[in-house]
Order: sequence, then structure tokens, then C-alpha cells
Amino acid sequence: MAEIKQIVMPGDLISEELGKPRNGVYKNSDGRYCSSYFGIIQKNDQGVDVVPFSGKYIPRRGDKVIGKVLEVGPSMWPVDINSTYNTLLHMNDTPWRTTSGDIKRFLGVGDYVYAKIMTLNEIKESWITLKDVGLRKLEGGHITSIPAPKVPRIIGKGGSMVNMIKDATNTRIVVGQNGLIWIDGTPEDVIEAIAAISIVEQEAHTVGLTDRMEKYLKERSVK
Amino acid sequence: MGSESNIKLLDESGMRLDGRTPEQLRPIKIETNLLERADGSAYIEWGGNKIMVAVYGPREAYPKHTQDIEKAVVKARYNMAAFSVDERKRPGPDRRSVEISKVISEALSSAIMVEQFPRAQIDVFIEVMQADAGTRIAGLTAASVAVASAGIPMRDMVVGCTAGKVEGKVVLDLSKEEDNFGQADLPIAVLSKSKKIVLIQMDGDLSLEEFDQASEMIMKATDNIAEIQRNALTSRYSVENIGDGE
Repeated sequence: MAEIKQIVMPGDLISEELGKPRNGVYKNSDGRYCSSYFGIIQKNDQGVDVVPFSGKYIPRRGDKVIGKVLEVGPSMWPVDINSTYNTLLHMNDTPWRTTSGDIKRFLGVGDYVYAKIMTLNEIKESWITLKDVGLRKLEGGHITSIPAPKVPRIIGKGGSMVNMIKDATNTRIVVGQNGLIWIDGTPEDVIEAIAAISIVEQEAHTVGLTDRMEKYLKERSVK
Repeated sequence: MGSESNIKLLDESGMRLDGRTPEQLRPIKIETNLLERADGSAYIEWGGNKIMVAVYGPREAYPKHTQDIEKAVVKARYNMAAFSVDERKRPGPDRRSVEISKVISEALSSAIMVEQFPRAQIDVFIEVMQADAGTRIAGLTAASVAVASAGIPMRDMVVGCTAGKVEGKVVLDLSKEEDNFGQADLPIAVLSKSKKIVLIQMDGDLSLEEFDQASEMIMKATDNIAEIQRNALTSRYSVENIGDGE
């Protein structure tokens, strides 16, 4: 039986004194630090975070995300990044030589891109870019999604979890910070990978998950 | 309120029609995440009340003129099904449900960290399938659970209860008969930790002393209801519900 991390509700006291502001924690009117989410407590060297069980992706500058093109404009693509707000990709922020009015040759409605959030303003309007190493249009493959707060769990420490799934299932995987995951491989391998990811998602709040996943994946590959 | 009747709401020993003591709550049961499409959902059974709540968002607010550049708007919709009461209720919003939607929206906005989501809206659909007095508070209590399960940041949980006066005595959590034939009804919702009031309404008359007594009863009851909310949310993540990863 798996051990689980401590669960907190909105308003639960986390600590009297935290110092640096942490994720998912706010300071109430008495000056005490309380949880702002229903989630689990995550302790690390820098302090205590609250990781919610679910919720929409909140864009942050520099995050690499997977987005779906919603529309083709004269010079921009509105992109859905699984967040409260849509984002925009301007033709000048792509590696292609584009001219205004003829941009649907490069990206059409429904295409997926792996992009980086370039700018974000105070009313949460954002622009993404494809001009960086590794950023591209995602061709082929499958898309699956998990709640954005669980992305660090899928990636694991230094990418350990996702690399383990990649190796065991023989697939190519790209994980966006926004919870969308692109998987490429043979249909059987992709199904295996999605199954593994959904286990990680469902048990994200348990302790020692990487070891259990290693065991799980080993057993699957023997079959 | 205050309709004349010859129903005896309290017996000689002070017991109520349904056998409760003046300070006893009706049984409450809350379940979460029953709806696949919604971002968060909750179902509450509070005495005879059966209410389903679905939460969507935060998502960009439409129509655009409802957007607030500084914060999210909470759009709660309280709706009673035609079959939720004894005599068929004409479906659709009426004066009562518009008012309740408004007070619930405002109560939730004071708990939700709306300033984190400029231009967005959070939809809260409260569908009353069976009504048995105290639906606004039951709906709000369940809505708070649904919002938390949707992963929306909140300062605190919202929890409420009603009290009222029947046959000259202050009692907690009015039932249908007590609501219809009693002398007063006082629904209060608070933030569960700080006990700050986010919703208060009163129907009928209470003296100052009775009001103090009623609100004190409610405050005490909210602790129990908050515990039910906590169990509803955490139970699906408890150890028993997890496989061994094998």
C-alpha cells in the first residue's frame, strides 16, 4: 500500500513563518501562511509548496508548452494552451520565411506546436515563439493531457520519470508545462505510454512513485 | 414565513417533527467529481435537499462586456428543477433564483482569489433537484467543495447553515415544515477558518437575543459541516483508493 503526502484544503495553515513567498501559499490577514488550494504539501530545500490536484494551467514566461492552433489570421495564429486564456503566435516569431496573408501554408487549424511563452502582461495576454532550440511544429504522434499541476511529477527529478517511460515504451515524448503531452511511436507503444502516464497522474500524490513505476514498466516489458 | 397552521412543530419535550433536538443538524452527505465534463463538481444531500453543483473555468469571460480587467467574475446560477418541489415549479429563472444566484456569486467571490484571473469568469451551476428548506446554503456549501475540487485558488472554504425560530424557540437547520410555518429563517455562510460572514439573510423576525443565539448555533454547526466538506474532498485520495502501481 502506498504512502500518501499530506493533503490540505484551502485556508489550512501551512506555517507561521515562511519567509520567501511559495507556490500555492498565501499570507492571510493574521500574517500566517495558508494553503490556497486543495492539494498536497510538497517540502523541498527552499520551503513548502502546495501542489493542487487539478486546475488550469497558469502561463509563466519562459515555460515551454504544447498548443493547438485555433484559427489562422492574416499574421497571427491564436493558440489554445489548455489555460484560462488563449495565446498568440505571430508569424515573425516562427523560424519560417512568412509573408502576411499566406501563413496557413505553415500552420493550419488543429495543428500542434511546441512553443515557448515569450511575453506575458499583467492582464494575462501572452505571446509564444517557435524561435528556440527544440521548439517546432509537432507532426504526427498523439496528444494526451493531464492537469497542469501534475506535470513536474510526469517529468520527475531531472526528467527521470519521463525518460523511464520513453525508454520502456520505445516512444518519443514531449511534455508541455501546460499538461499537454505529445507521444510518437507505434500505436501499441503509444497506448502503453498513455497507460503509464495515467498511472502517474492518478498516483501523483503518493510517495515513492518512481520506484513503483520502474517495477510496473519492467513487468509490462517482460510480457 | 409565519403562515398560520395548527401543526405542532415542537413537542412537550422540545423535540422537533423529525425527531431532532433544537441544535441538531440533518444528515449531510457530500460527494465530489461526479461529472466528467466539468472542471469540478459536487453533489450534496442535506436532509431532503438533493443538489448538484458543476464548476467550469476560470475561462475567458463572455459576453465581453462582463469582463473585469482586474479580476475574475464568478457567475453562479442557482436553478430549481420543475420537479424539485411539491407543486410543479415553473422552470427558468425567477425573482427568487436570480437573487439567490447573486448572493451566492458574491459569497464565493470573497473566498476565491479572483484577482489572479483578470478577464476571466468562473461558472458555478447549482441545480436543485429536490428542495427541502435551506437550499441556498446547501448549494453554496457544495459549490465551495466543487470550486476547491476544480483546483481554483481560494482563501478559505465557504460553509453555511441556517437557524430560525419555531413556536418561539430558536432551532438549528430548519426543515421544510419549520421553514413554512415557523416565525423566522436566518441563513448564514462564513469562511470556515476565519468565521467571516460572506452571506447573511433573514426572513421573519428575531429579537436581538434570539439573533445572537441563532448565529452562535450556526457558527458551532459550521465546524461540523466544514469537516464533512474536508472528508468529501480528501476521501478519494486516501490510501485505500490507490493501487500498488502494479
